[in-house]
Amino acid sequence: MPQILDRARARVLDGGAGLDQAEILEILRLPDEDLPELLQLAHDVRMKWCGPEVEVEGIVSLKTGGCPEDCHFCSQSGLFASPVRAVWLDIPSLVKAAEQTAATGASEFCIVAAVRGPDQRLMDQMREGVKAIKEAVDIQVAASLGMLTQEQVDDLVDMGVHRYNHNLETCKSHFPNVVTTHSWEERWSTLTMVRESGMEVCCGGILGMGETIEQRAEFAAQLAELDPHEVPLNFLNPRPGTPFSDRPVVEGKDALRAIAAFRLAMPRTILRYAGGREITLGDLGTREGLLGGINAVIVGNYLTTLGRPATADLELLQDLKMPVKSLSATF
Amino acid sequence: MPMDRGSTRAQGAAPVPPYCDHCGEPAAGGHAACATARELEPPRFCPDCRRRMKVQVVPTGWTATCVEHGTRHG
Ligand code: SF4
Ligand SMILES: [Zn+2]
Ligand SMILES: [Zn+2]
Repeated sequence: MPQILDRARARVLDGGAGLDQAEILEILRLPDEDLPELLQLAHDVRMKWCGPEVEVEGIVSLKTGGCPEDCHFCSQSGLFASPVRAVWLDIPSLVKAAEQTAATGASEFCIVAAVRGPDQRLMDQMREGVKAIKEAVDIQVAASLGMLTQEQVDDLVDMGVHRYNHNLETCKSHFPNVVTTHSWEERWSTLTMVRESGMEVCCGGILGMGETIEQRAEFAAQLAELDPHEVPLNFLNPRPGTPFSDRPVVEGKDALRAIAAFRLAMPRTILRYAGGREITLGDLGTREGLLGGINAVIVGNYLTTLGRPATADLELLQDLKMPVKSLSATF
Repeated sequence: MPMDRGSTRAQGAAPVPPYCDHCGEPAAGGHAACATARELEPPRFCPDCRRRMKVQVVPTGWTATCVEHGTRHG
């Protein structure tokens, strides 16, 4: 057995402490023949430190497209020739989407807006929307609205938003190759305010944006330093019209290695499958990831693209004897 | 070719619409890659007039609206 797996077993599985950046890099460099053993270890870590439950979430876009930022992977930037048009979701449709999400058994519903940060119109929509959802549906509401001011953080807490998503997207050293209209540090400062407010921090990113293996390890270590409650892991789905439209898709085995590495870096976090798994991993890989460190999924569609039907994931979880985390377990 | 797959319009005998709803180019010619992409994406262009549609994706479906030709669902 490779030495690094022995060390990881002792430190992460037995001790509950995450690997450091150099060790994560060793994991990412393991050859294919060690992958089954690596995934098994990551799964054991997840079962020991998080348990068998899987957190299920639905996401919806309250404001789609027309964003002034230039995140090179994003079809919602107004700066690229993407076919995605700007559109707002009305409140009744938002509530309906929350109801449909809850009907799948999901405990989380995340409201997302394609903005640099919220303006008053968006905050007003949020207040009205969150209130309407809470009156109609039993589900936890999360939000992802870009960079926040302290006042906006306080407002979201007041509305009853329990978790805030703000992805660092990639490691600090690669960020300027991905986004030029704002900085990694600006994102970090929103995350710090969210943490201090008592809201749960949800922060992840996208793999396959031209980062090196070393930078993938750097990213996992930086996330571990932030210690988010949840880490959504996306794999680049190259979008037409964006600067990253021609990037190759991450290889399935590299995606699985990364899932295991992120789990060994953050033994206790909610590690969520987010976008791109359908094209990177397919059905078989989705299963392998759930047996290799993943303990949360986004069900159904994403913000601008479609996912597997919710029933396919729920059947898979049943098959794997992994119970869906119930709403009561989240309080 | 599944030009308006998932729409509420009648399938089968209906004539093939003139434009690809994924790339907006004339439907004549090969759009196999578009059809594959459409399995994991909603339509973006109106297949009748090639206007960019306003598309709203929600967890369990999508709607796509052309100002001229109305709303399709999936
Ligand atoms: S800020 Fe968000 S919506 Fe705007 S371009 Fe970046 S990722 Fe896309
Ligand atoms: Zn086409
Ligand atoms: Zn039309």
